[in-house]
Amino acid sequence: MDLFANLALGFDTAFTLQNLLYCLIGCVLGTLIGVLPGLGPIATIAMLLPATYALPPIAALIMLAGIYYGSQYGGSTTAILLNIPGETSSVVTAIDGYQMARNGRAGVALFTAGMGSFFAGCVATLVLAAFAAPLSQLAFKFGPAEYFSLMVLGLIGAVVLASGSLIKAIGMIVLGLLMGLIGTDVNSGVSRYAFDIPELSDGIGFVAVAMGVFGFAEIMGNLEKTDEDEGFLNKMTTMIPTKEDVKRMIPSILRGTTIGSILGILPGGGAALAAFGAYSVEKKSSKYSHEFGKGAIEGVAGPESANNAAAQTSFIPLLTLGIPPNAVMALMVGAMTIHNIQPGPQVMTSNPALFWGLIASMWIGNVMLILLNLPLIGIWVKLLKIPYRFMYPAILVFCCIGVYTVNNTVFDVYVTAAFGIIGYLFFKLGCEPPPLLLGFVLGPMMEENFRRALLLSRGDFTTFLTRPLSLGLLIAAALLVVIVALPAVKKTREEAFVED
Amino acid sequence: MEIRNQKDFGAGLMYMVIGLFFTFMATQYPMGTAAKMGPGYFPFWLGIVMTALGLLILVKSLSAKAAIEKIPPFNWKVIGLITGSVIAYGVLLPTMGFIVAVFVLVFMSASASHEFHWKGTLINATFLIVFTYSVFVLGLKLQFPLLPFFLQ
Repeated sequence: MDLFANLALGFDTAFTLQNLLYCLIGCVLGTLIGVLPGLGPIATIAMLLPATYALPPIAALIMLAGIYYGSQYGGSTTAILLNIPGETSSVVTAIDGYQMARNGRAGVALFTAGMGSFFAGCVATLVLAAFAAPLSQLAFKFGPAEYFSLMVLGLIGAVVLASGSLIKAIGMIVLGLLMGLIGTDVNSGVSRYAFDIPELSDGIGFVAVAMGVFGFAEIMGNLEKTDEDEGFLNKMTTMIPTKEDVKRMIPSILRGTTIGSILGILPGGGAALAAFGAYSVEKKSSKYSHEFGKGAIEGVAGPESANNAAAQTSFIPLLTLGIPPNAVMALMVGAMTIHNIQPGPQVMTSNPALFWGLIASMWIGNVMLILLNLPLIGIWVKLLKIPYRFMYPAILVFCCIGVYTVNNTVFDVYVTAAFGIIGYLFFKLGCEPPPLLLGFVLGPMMEENFRRALLLSRGDFTTFLTRPLSLGLLIAAALLVVIVALPAVKKTREEAFVED
Repeated sequence: MEIRNQKDFGAGLMYMVIGLFFTFMATQYPMGTAAKMGPGYFPFWLGIVMTALGLLILVKSLSAKAAIEKIPPFNWKVIGLITGSVIAYGVLLPTMGFIVAVFVLVFMSASASHEFHWKGTLINATFLIVFTYSVFVLGLKLQFPLLPFFLQ
């Protein structure tokens, strides 16, 4: 069986001292930033991207991947203990997890979250290994029209993650696409929107945009709030769940894992959507539905399994189609290009050690995370007590150093400062930046495929509708818009995000 | 006319301005045809889409059914100090070097907090300089101008 031979190659690669070390660093960092509110995986990966220059590509990717799924673990810790979701994907965990903590069952809730995440992570690694190969075969059937439609689907999917108005979120995507077009047009060599500024001829730096809009803008937003909540910790009781707890959490973990694995594969899916979906399913299907919102263990087990599973399966579209399904994966594209790896179906054949090594490292990472998280909960809580007035200058320092080292130019530092102000404006106007970032990354790719598709069809726009795969993807995108716009979904969506 | 949803009104206006800007600029580049697109084609139409979305949001924000939402006030002191500290870092780094630049960045940004203390910030700045120096310069061997130009 190929699968096992491939996995063996993967474990061979991942089990070197260096790769294990970077996997550990990634997991620790990921957990750390997951615990810290206001410092998400997007900002951290953006910050560390330049630092990975010096590493071999496999070590760099293993570490960055570790940060991403590590943050899924960490995010649940603050959500449960302090009702502060560190990540969007742990927003729903906070609903019941925090209630459990207030009932003196914080230990059980954390244990459930940890076990659920671990199980989901293991299953998702297998899913990733099993489906990556057939999906990349499918990827070879993709022409430019299909790629274009897939990106439309992915971008529409990203809208689901925004909590506010649907049209405003679509607007942010288009804005991102437009910003992505700044720089030299690859086909004609014409410099667009660069105003003869030489630094802009390669386009705006992704790291600068991500750090400005997310990091800086968030700091400015946080500084406005005058009330400082330093956080409190309920007294921790036992971590061991009762027999009844175990009986209730196992089916939830299984359901959550399934939902997460599927939603993660879909472009635009991602961890937050998976957690939200799993919570709705648990609430609908549980016979304890009256306990939801008051500390139901299912409300922790389901979403926590789902977000971790999705965090891992969202690597599938990236590794097989070369299309990032969310902003974090968009950063992974950046990381791969830094190391001269073109993400896409050819990675598996041209670079099998890297591909399978990355997958194997995810399983190893999950083992590390469970070992790390259970005993370290106490330490994470202490870190939360570092006052914000010491925290944000540190974040600024890391961002400034990080953005400078990308091209060794201060121009990027100024661009980041500008995007900080732009991000602050977005924040005030209620425009959410994640869709923008995804659009920004996909912009050039989308234009390229759009142009190529129409070149092949001699200017016939129906090419997107007459090719069955492309039509299917566009129908899926249209359905997604309809579903999101439906009043019922809209209402629950708003509820789920209300605490964000 | 009353603007009921100020947030959406502002967002719509912003989208329209950006959309029109991109569309207008796109007309300066060769358009080409659908079968053989020039560099102006895609941005032109994308700009139109952006403008249309902005207009839609703008009109909806004026409708009688729109939720009443005000744009929260801007805190210019925070914007100025944070953005200023980053720009100061950019200006100082090439001439005055890494240590001075980080020091100014930490002090200027920390003063934006209403809980600013000299002592705490000094400790924080020293810690951050030592930490980032050992990680980025000693550990990762990244190239920075370290000391001010007159000490090099």
